[in-house]
Order: sequence, then structure tokens, then C-alpha cells
Amino acid sequence: MSTASLTETFSLPSSASGDERVTLAAGGAWTAEGAGELERVVDDAAGRYEHARNVDIDLQKLERLDTFGAWLIERLNRALAAQGATTRIVNLSDSDRGLIDEVRLVNRGPAKAERAANRILIALDSTGRAVAEIGRSLVLLAHLLGALTVVAMGTVARPARLRLRSIVHHLERVGWRAVPIVLLSTFLIGAIIAQQGIFHFRQFGAEVYVVDMVGILVLREVGVLIVCVMVAGRSGSAYTAELGAMTMREEIDALRTMGFDPVEVLVLPRIVALVLAVPVLTFLGSMAALYGAGLVCWLYGGMTPDIFLARLREAISLQTFAVGMIKAPFMALVIGLVACVEGFEVDGSAASLGLKTTSSVVKSIFLVIVLDGFFAMFFAAIGM
Amino acid sequence: MTGTGPVISVRDLVVGFGAATVLDHVTLDVLRGEILGFVGGSGAGKSVLMRTIIGLLPPRNGTIEVFGQNLATLSERERRAIERRWGVLFQQGALFSSLNVQQNVEFPIREYLKNLSPRLIEEIALAKLEMVGLGADVRKKYPAELSGGMIKRAALARALALDPDIVFLDEPTSGLDPIGAAEFDELIRTLQRTLGLSVFMVTHDLDSLHAICGRIAVLSEGRVIAAGPIETMLASEHPWLKSYFRGKRGRPVRH
Repeated sequence: MSTASLTETFSLPSSASGDERVTLAAGGAWTAEGAGELERVVDDAAGRYEHARNVDIDLQKLERLDTFGAWLIERLNRALAAQGATTRIVNLSDSDRGLIDEVRLVNRGPAKAERAANRILIALDSTGRAVAEIGRSLVLLAHLLGALTVVAMGTVARPARLRLRSIVHHLERVGWRAVPIVLLSTFLIGAIIAQQGIFHFRQFGAEVYVVDMVGILVLREVGVLIVCVMVAGRSGSAYTAELGAMTMREEIDALRTMGFDPVEVLVLPRIVALVLAVPVLTFLGSMAALYGAGLVCWLYGGMTPDIFLARLREAISLQTFAVGMIKAPFMALVIGLVACVEGFEVDGSAASLGLKTTSSVVKSIFLVIVLDGFFAMFFAAIGM
Repeated sequence: MTGTGPVISVRDLVVGFGAATVLDHVTLDVLRGEILGFVGGSGAGKSVLMRTIIGLLPPRNGTIEVFGQNLATLSERERRAIERRWGVLFQQGALFSSLNVQQNVEFPIREYLKNLSPRLIEEIALAKLEMVGLGADVRKKYPAELSGGMIKRAALARALALDPDIVFLDEPTSGLDPIGAAEFDELIRTLQRTLGLSVFMVTHDLDSLHAICGRIAVLSEGRVIAAGPIETMLASEHPWLKSYFRGKRGRPVRH
């Protein structure tokens, strides 16, 4: 086997006649390991013998050759030829001939013409694409909502088509298993709101109104929003990743060719499960938040539970509670729709799966907040 | 590179999952510069042997020597030096889906050979792609946009990126049409000769076995039951070999 050393020599044999001939002798191992060094040597040599007319590239002392070395020899060959020299490769061994012949054919295509694009144009281009993308995703949402409605109508007409087993399976995943983390986070949120309220209201001696604030805030807004953010991050992302992986592996196409509607088989049970689970989670979450608030009022604010409950009964009505609960199924629908649309949008690459999962969570949380705004306007208009 | 000693030598290898033993004292040599066809029924453990040799599965017993070095006793550094000298073509190509074809081929070059200029890396990657028959129009495409045949070729170019001494091919012609499969066989043989490769090829393709494999090893019931050139296989009276090579889908020997 060869040594790893490189002993290439470039000699200029004297010649009496005007037919001056330069011999470049390559020696040692021309392999990937030394390619970085060899590249410099080769480019050097091409520059040094700029005016040479006849060049022999002598491979007699070559010990090992791989594609890297062969390509560098070919690059030297081409560089010299481009400078007007007549080149020959001499003493080529039979074992290396195939490789040298092979690289002679490669990289012959025209040099790539990569024009530097205008920065302003690039910015305009990406802005335009982003706007078109927003429009397209809204259309896709409407499309899936329509398809879902048609399928839902169909199952109302024939309830046997509803996939109960699948709904129960998803209910367990997005509902039952989400209970502990939802309870814990809303408990903490309620406690924190109460603590902040007591701390600041104390300056006006208005500590008792903390109960009003916590009660209304939690039941109307915070409970449902926190639950939706958690569900979007926990279950929406899972939906997108599942459906995305199924799209990648042609499972969706397989379903279609068997005559099943993916919306009926995959989307409907998932969204029904979410629409059922989110109101329940919202109720549990709101209760946990109020419990947390009550606990803080007692331990930090010195307000006994009796007073807290009495005050709460005065501050809130069934209407306050209803406002929060009415919003929950609509928000669940938005989360489910966005998650499924993004899942079907995944193309073949692993990167797009990650990208779509991210955008599923971001979009659904954003849309939940927008929807909450619309609900606020609506409830204000009807005086709730 | 013209010696004839084994580049891979597997001795008494035992591999299993849970209670099941997939490979039961397998002994096999891959000689320098040969194309070894490795056959066996579906689920017989062909891919398991390949994955064990390249270190993706742990053996329960036995030794694997590559280039004369026992893989089990090597340090991390020595092992990496060996891994750099082999290339693997996975059954589904296993191209990195977030990189385009050219970046896929450049990836191992960039990672292993730190001191190369970007120009040289690109030239070498394009040379490899041309060697496997992929033109300039393919190099900026992503794996999801390629046909099955192109994926195999691109994956082969990536396996060859570092000019390995050994190439592992897991069913290289599966999923290709007969014309595409024959071209791919031809490509493997040409590259094997040009680059002086030793090839370990798991295959089901009888045409490949006839056309390019110098030697064939047969795995059945967890053991290598026969190894030798195709003539030996055809002449064998072992019932499994008989039905495999001379069954309905077997073909007459072509020369």
C-alpha cells in the first residue's frame, strides 16, 4: 500500500530545440485525504506554466489514485489546455486508466449562469408570495370547513357512518390525557392573577374587588384562551404531524383509492373529539383557576374562603360563565381545521413536516385570539 | 488495491431481537474487489447482517473484521476512520430530504474533508453525479421531486462521495423496471471496475446475480448455507437453492 505522503515534482527538462516540453510528474497518493493540498499545487502549477506550449503529465510515480486525485489531474489538464498548451498524460497505468477516462467526461456542461438577483426584487417577491400564501391558506381552511360540513351532514343522515371508536380514541388523547397539565397551568394562572391583583389593589384598599376581577377574567377570557393555547400546542401539533407523516407515506392516497374520504375517516373524528374535549377542558381549567385564585386570596390576601365564595357569587352570573363556554367549541373547530389543513399541506421532505407543524401551532393560536376578538365585539353588541 | 484477502470477514455472528435469533453463527467473507451477491428469503435476515456489519445493530456473539480490524475492539476514532472507507446505499435511498441532490452528495465530503475549497467540493459532487448518470438538471432538485430510479442513483453517488473501498447496497434494483435495473447493474459494475470497489449487495434480483455478481452467498434459517459463483448455485441440489435459482422465475444462464 502507498504512503500517505505527497511527492509530486514539477521539473523543467532542458531541451536544445525550440520544442520545449514541460513534464509535470505526479507522485504519491492522489486521494481524498490530500485533496486540499493537491488543489493548491495543481492551481499553482497551472499558473506557473502559463506560457508552456507542450506539457506532459507524468503519472509514473503515482501510487494511489481516487476520483479526487483523478479530477485534479483532469483540472490541471483542462487549465493548461485552456491556456493554449498541448497536453499529454503519460505513463498511465491500466488500473488508473478507467478513472482518468471517466473524469475526462464530467463537468463539461456550460458554466452555470447564476445572476445576482436584485435585493429589492427579492424582498418584493417574498412579500408577494407571503401575501398570496395567506390568501391560499384561508381558501384551504374554507375548503376543509366545507368538506367537513358535507361529511358531518352525511353522518347526521346516517349515524352509522360516524366513527365512534376513532372519536373515543382521539378523545382520550386530546381530552383525558390533557387534563393534568391543563389543571396545573390554569391553577397557576389563576393564582398569579389573584396575587398580582391583591398586590396592586391593596394600594387603594380595594382588595375585595380582586374576586370580581379574577372571576370575570377567568370565566370569560383567560380560562378558554389558556386551554386553547395548550390544546393547539399539544394536540393541534400532533394532528398536523400525524396527517403530515401519513401524506408523506402516501397513506392518504391509499385511503382515497380504496374509496374512503380522508375528511370522513381522519378529519371528522379528530375535530369532533376536539370540539367535545375543549369545552370540558375549559370548564375544568376555569374551576382550577378559580381554586388557585381562592387559595391565594386566603393565604396571601387573608380573605377566608367563605368571603371569597360569597363575593364571587355576587360578582359573576351564569352569563359570565356561558360567554366563556360558548366560545370553546368554536375555538376547538378553528384549531382542528388549521391542524388538519397544515397536515395535508406537508410535502415529501422532513423539513416541511417541521415547518407545517410550527405554522399549525402559530396560525391556530393567532386565529383563536382573532376569534376571541370577534366574540368580544359580538357579546358587547348583544349586551352579554 | 489488487490483493485478494477478505475486506470483510464475519465469524460466528449471532444477532437476535428479544427471544428471536435472526442470525445464528453466520460466517462469511467478502473478498477484495469482488461483487458479492447476498440472497435469502424475505425476512431471512439479509438486511440484518448488513446493518450489523455497518454497526447499526449490536451483535450478540461473534466477530466482524473489516480491513483486518475487529470492529468490536476499535476506539471511536479508529471506527470513524473505517466508516469513512465504506459507503452505504439504503433500500429507500435515505437521501436527506431537506437537502437537494447536490448538497446530499457534498454533505459527507464537506464533513470529512475539512480543508477542501467550495469549488473543489462542488466539482467532485457534480463529477460523482455524472458518473452515476444524473445530469445537471437534477442536481438542484429535492429528493421528493425525484423518481425511484433517480433516488437510487443519487443515493449511490452519495455512497461513493468519499471514494470508499467497500460499498454496501441494500436491494439496489428493487423498485426499478427491468430496463432501469439492468442499467443500474451495469452502472454498479462499471463503477466497481473503475474505482476498484468491493461490493456487498443484498438483492432479490436474479438478473443482477447472473449479470454482475462474481460470488453469491445464500442465507437460510439464520445461516449461510452456500457461497460461490452462480454456476455452483445452479448445480446445487439443496432444495431451497433449487427452487430459488431454478424455479419458475429462474432464468437460464446467460453469457
